[in-house]
Amino acid sequence: MLTAITGAVESGLIYAIMALGVYLSFRVLDFPDLTVDGSFVTGAAVAATLIVHGVNPFAATCLALFVGFAAGCMTGLLHTAGKVNPLLSGILMMIALYSINLRIMGRSNVPLLNQKTVFTTIQEWGTKIGLDSAAAKTWGILLSMTLLALLFKWFTDWFLQTEMGLAIRATGDNPRMIRSLSANTHLLIVLGLGLSNAMVAFSGALVAQYGAFADVGMGIGMIIIGLASVIIGEAVFGTKTIARATLSVIGGAIMYRIVVSLALRVQFLETGDVKLITACMVILALVVPQLVRQQQEKKRKEAKRRNQAQAATAAAVGKGGADVAVKRDL
Amino acid sequence: MLQLNGIYKVFHEGTPDEKIALQNVHLSLQKGDFVTIIGSNGAGKSTLMNLISGVLFPDEGTIWIDGQDVTMMPEYVRSRYIGRVFQDPMAGTAPNMTIEENLALAYARNQTRTLRRGVTKKRRDEFRELLATLHLGLEDRLQAKVGLLSGGERQALSLLMATFTEPSILLLDEHTAALDPARAELITNLTKEIVERYRLTTLMVTHNMQQAIDLGNRLIMMDKGQIILEVDEKEKKRLTVEKLLAEFRRIRGEQLASDRAILS
Repeated sequence: MLTAITGAVESGLIYAIMALGVYLSFRVLDFPDLTVDGSFVTGAAVAATLIVHGVNPFAATCLALFVGFAAGCMTGLLHTAGKVNPLLSGILMMIALYSINLRIMGRSNVPLLNQKTVFTTIQEWGTKIGLDSAAAKTWGILLSMTLLALLFKWFTDWFLQTEMGLAIRATGDNPRMIRSLSANTHLLIVLGLGLSNAMVAFSGALVAQYGAFADVGMGIGMIIIGLASVIIGEAVFGTKTIARATLSVIGGAIMYRIVVSLALRVQFLETGDVKLITACMVILALVVPQLVRQQQEKKRKEAKRRNQAQAATAAAVGKGGADVAVKRDL
Repeated sequence: MLQLNGIYKVFHEGTPDEKIALQNVHLSLQKGDFVTIIGSNGAGKSTLMNLISGVLFPDEGTIWIDGQDVTMMPEYVRSRYIGRVFQDPMAGTAPNMTIEENLALAYARNQTRTLRRGVTKKRRDEFRELLATLHLGLEDRLQAKVGLLSGGERQALSLLMATFTEPSILLLDEHTAALDPARAELITNLTKEIVERYRLTTLMVTHNMQQAIDLGNRLIMMDKGQIILEVDEKEKKRLTVEKLLAEFRRIRGEQLASDRAILS
């Protein structure tokens, strides 16, 4: 049980970087960007292929970030310069990336067993300072991924407070207004989607090394996982400020992983059911808050009506009493 | 300051819906001019505003701002020189961002946006001072989301955001039309105050004839895509709504008398 939870937290932290990317496109830019399904694998493919060819895993992971950035920019250009609808530009890029990913890897699956990855390196460092192998693995990954997720969170918070970041937020909030304040919304959308997919690809590169393989199908439904993290996080932790919202996204990503790993311990659920579980979680996170709000509203109105009725009867009784008093005076 | 030469604009050219929105419009504003524009619906007032701000481009003619030909300059480049307030109070501000963030967006209008922090301590103090000039108490609500403000407050903020960087041209497109009379008066007074403070060259569209007469030093009347009447500073001081209507009737004949309902 405990190992299941630690594993969920570890992968939650890695996927949190992807979720931050989705937050950037979905929430900040208000752009439903489906490129994510493709760019996640692109990140994994680039990192895995480079690692197999003997490139330093840290350098390979960083390169994945830049390739993801380029993929996001392409989606942005399709939408802004090509005037293609946002959803369609994302889908087009996603499909195109599927073939590109196959080209990068040369086949549909690249195993990374017995390869030097970011995680094996961290484990080595752990054993060097005297931890035993298992502890070095668990604590090394937990600590480094926490730091990494927080680094990306800090970057997002900082960026969204800069002049450029404010303009990107305004592009998602009121594009007409920010154009009248001399901002090139096209450029900002391209930049925003680039950053978003850079994070997604970076996360993909880490996931490939964590799972010790890159597979061309590993990105299917990634956008929904990202969305699940964003929505669950927002529902549970709130969105008052940017810093709070990004923390919520990380929390949401971890919660999502924990729920999935717990659900999979139920006897009749299989690994293949994960996507169904995800879909159900997103639906719940979207519908339940609405129902709760409706119920609260209904209760509030009923209470108000009851109070009014009571006040009315009280007034009527008071009036009646007064009438009697008047009569008696007469 | 602002110069329009022979502007011609047609929509849906070559289709049964073809509509000439503006024809042969000449207009020249000196620095500090405050021109009010009146006219019935479809007269071409909004098209004129959109052409000046770069949302639309003219089919013929040229537009000059500060001695620079901006006819084909894209909106986001041109808006460095142009402040704009829209009719819809929701249009001029970003609802999910705070008051200070909105002001920071406007602050960066005439600069290149970089990775500097948008709201610094120094700027926050400036913003507080600016907001105090609105007398709405917004200076104490810097961190409130703009979506929580009332329509009047949002429009006052839009007005401030459009003006405090002292743009070459200020465009006001029926910016009080969506507000209740009390709020409209508040915004009208603020407009007067701000335009005088910064001595802004201003072009204001309005449906309210009294407002058009009260504000500004020049007045033009548009109809069917043309400027049909220009009133200069001297004449405007003696202008009344009655005189304006009489003038309108004289130029366009009786068939437009019913427009009084729209114009007044």
